[in-house]
Amino acid sequence: MEPTQAKPQTKFNTKSETKPKANLKTKKIIKQQTQTQTHAQLAEGFLSNQLKASWFNKSIWYQRDKRDVATKKLNEWETLRELASDIKAHTLSKLDEYLIEFEEKATANGINIHWASDDKEHNEIATNLLKKHNAKKVVKSKSMLSEECELNHHLENNGIEIIESDLGERILQFSGEKPSHIVMPAIHKTKEEIGELFEEKLNTKKSNDPVYLTQAARLHLREKFINADASMSGVNFAVAETGSFVLCTNEGNADLGLTANSKLHIASMGIEKIIPKQEHLGVFVRMLARNATGQPITTYTSHFTKPNKGSEIHIIIVDNNRTKLLAEEKFNSSLKCIRCAACMNTCPVFKNSGGHSYNFVIPGPIGAILAPAHDIKKYEDMPFASTLCGSCSNVCPVKINIHEQLYDWRQEITQRKSSFTIKSIMMKGGAFVLSHTWMYRLFGKIGGFFVHNFRKISTMATPWGKGRELPDVPKESFKDWWDNNAKK
Amino acid sequence: MKVGLFIPCFVDQYYPEVGKATYQLLTKLGCDVDYPTGQTCCGQPMANGGHAKDSVKLAYKFVDIFSEYDYVVGPSGSCVSHVRDHYDIIEQTDDVKHVRKDTWEISDFLVNVLKVDGGMLKASFPHKVGVHNSCHAHRHLGVGIQSELNIPNQESTIEKLLALVNGVEAVEMEHPDECCGFGGTFSVTEATVSVQMGKNRIKEHIKENVEFITGVDMSCLMHMEGILKREGHKVEVKHLVEILNSEL
Repeated sequence: MEPTQAKPQTKFNTKSETKPKANLKTKKIIKQQTQTQTHAQLAEGFLSNQLKASWFNKSIWYQRDKRDVATKKLNEWETLRELASDIKAHTLSKLDEYLIEFEEKATANGINIHWASDDKEHNEIATNLLKKHNAKKVVKSKSMLSEECELNHHLENNGIEIIESDLGERILQFSGEKPSHIVMPAIHKTKEEIGELFEEKLNTKKSNDPVYLTQAARLHLREKFINADASMSGVNFAVAETGSFVLCTNEGNADLGLTANSKLHIASMGIEKIIPKQEHLGVFVRMLARNATGQPITTYTSHFTKPNKGSEIHIIIVDNNRTKLLAEEKFNSSLKCIRCAACMNTCPVFKNSGGHSYNFVIPGPIGAILAPAHDIKKYEDMPFASTLCGSCSNVCPVKINIHEQLYDWRQEITQRKSSFTIKSIMMKGGAFVLSHTWMYRLFGKIGGFFVHNFRKISTMATPWGKGRELPDVPKESFKDWWDNNAKK
Repeated sequence: MKVGLFIPCFVDQYYPEVGKATYQLLTKLGCDVDYPTGQTCCGQPMANGGHAKDSVKLAYKFVDIFSEYDYVVGPSGSCVSHVRDHYDIIEQTDDVKHVRKDTWEISDFLVNVLKVDGGMLKASFPHKVGVHNSCHAHRHLGVGIQSELNIPNQESTIEKLLALVNGVEAVEMEHPDECCGFGGTFSVTEATVSVQMGKNRIKEHIKENVEFITGVDMSCLMHMEGILKREGHKVEVKHLVEILNSEL
């Protein structure tokens, strides 16, 4: 099967060209090539391969179904959601205090804390630490924050080899793609595609047997673990009262990276990963895997409190627009997110457009409300990639009102934009017509006349007609009927 | 009980039968029903498109027209939820509060205000019907059994009402509350995804061999009807009120 996602073109390659003259034509080309495709365009590309789109839809439904079964086994599920939401909301309201407490406790445990205000600082701190330890080969377990900071790219530019130790992430490193999902980063790839990729990269025989392919990856990664100079990871939860942090994985790759040869572990965490007390962990650990994959708990839940003798643990605490989001009253509850991805697995738009149709590092509903907080202009299409069906809010373990925030972001985006766009003019025009009953009646009649007499053109003229017929035009509107039959 | 009939703009223009059925049904059930003819649109299309500010006038107009009634009842979950949830953009006068509180989606109104039972309703619809739970009524207004939640004893107004209809065979789908993909402006700004989602929905109904797809939102039904017609399927759509108003 062919890969379906058209990659967003974000860079203009001038390497092999002479300097382009700044005429209109080249300017237009530059604009086209630097412009990122919208969700609608990328989704169209995704859906052009119907066979694969249908397969993808089923794969994601499978996750949602597993989640439903697992969460329904817990009678207290909805109570846990309340509790988790309250703990996170409380933490966010005192985030500064808990972060300081965490720093103090972690430092006392012998962990080194670093603060990074943005992605650039994060990457510099990580690179400097690795260079200081003369680390040339690094294994990294899955971390969406490192994706957000584009860390791999930065390390490679500094001559450091970075190996993703999560199987899904390693597959994507081979294929040169970005994750399409935050829990199952390579969910968009079929086993056939992975078989072909491994043939090329790992010299496996032709096969699409998951057991055989996983075994090949396992052998390949074992060698990387043993020879690594340092390891990196994200953080699922950081406990303020103990100064320890927790990693949840199914492959045990975070632990392997730590316990192999490496004497340096760098963990990156966003400021929102803090929870106040150890006892709160029980709430989140019970929910995370159930809601993500339907497992009662991840295979490995690893607690890190202090470094082994002769080793070092460093934590980089990253802001990267999170404090900016914290200041947004309507939207800051999105910082409660524990990255379970249930909102993606339930989202009908995600299921029918794939993770790569969202331009932000985190796709799906939660990505669509986090992205505009990073860059409202760059990600202005994301909150519109939703029908506001509300299923995301219903599955959210920390009760983020995702669909309401999508609605609110739409208002913010529109208000900050020029009011001279076609859509804006149409919306304002529509509101003007509808605020006058006689105009509404008149336009209703004109519209009905057109749809009735020029059905073909009317159908073709709007995107509605792409896969749908327009409704039949009745002889009389309800108002007409009322006037003639029922009016008192 | 004075009921103001809220007939959403596209129902007025394209589905007058749904408006008639709503009126006749409520009248049969003893309500004093009036249709204020000045009404146009609640403003939802603009607001969902990010232009809530431009729809302020429409919200004032709506409240102005409907504040005199005890209840405002409409055959559209999404328009009703817009009035209830999003009319916070205008000053919260007593009239606004009253209209927001007392605007009801028809199935919700029948079950929870009029407390309709079998004796009150003499409907007959001897057909196999697939139920479409539209998101705004289902989740935002909470009239259905939300599959994501672990809340026991949730009830569905659609199921309750269909159970009162003679001869009807109501079928639940494999994914009973999956969105059909209409989504207002989404249906045109993301037409390809919207249509794909609609195709997935009708596929389940066709698999169950239903003759009709019913629900409480004409917009979702219009979207699915458009796809059914384009693809040449015989399945028809019918608003729940048309079924409840039908007699042998």
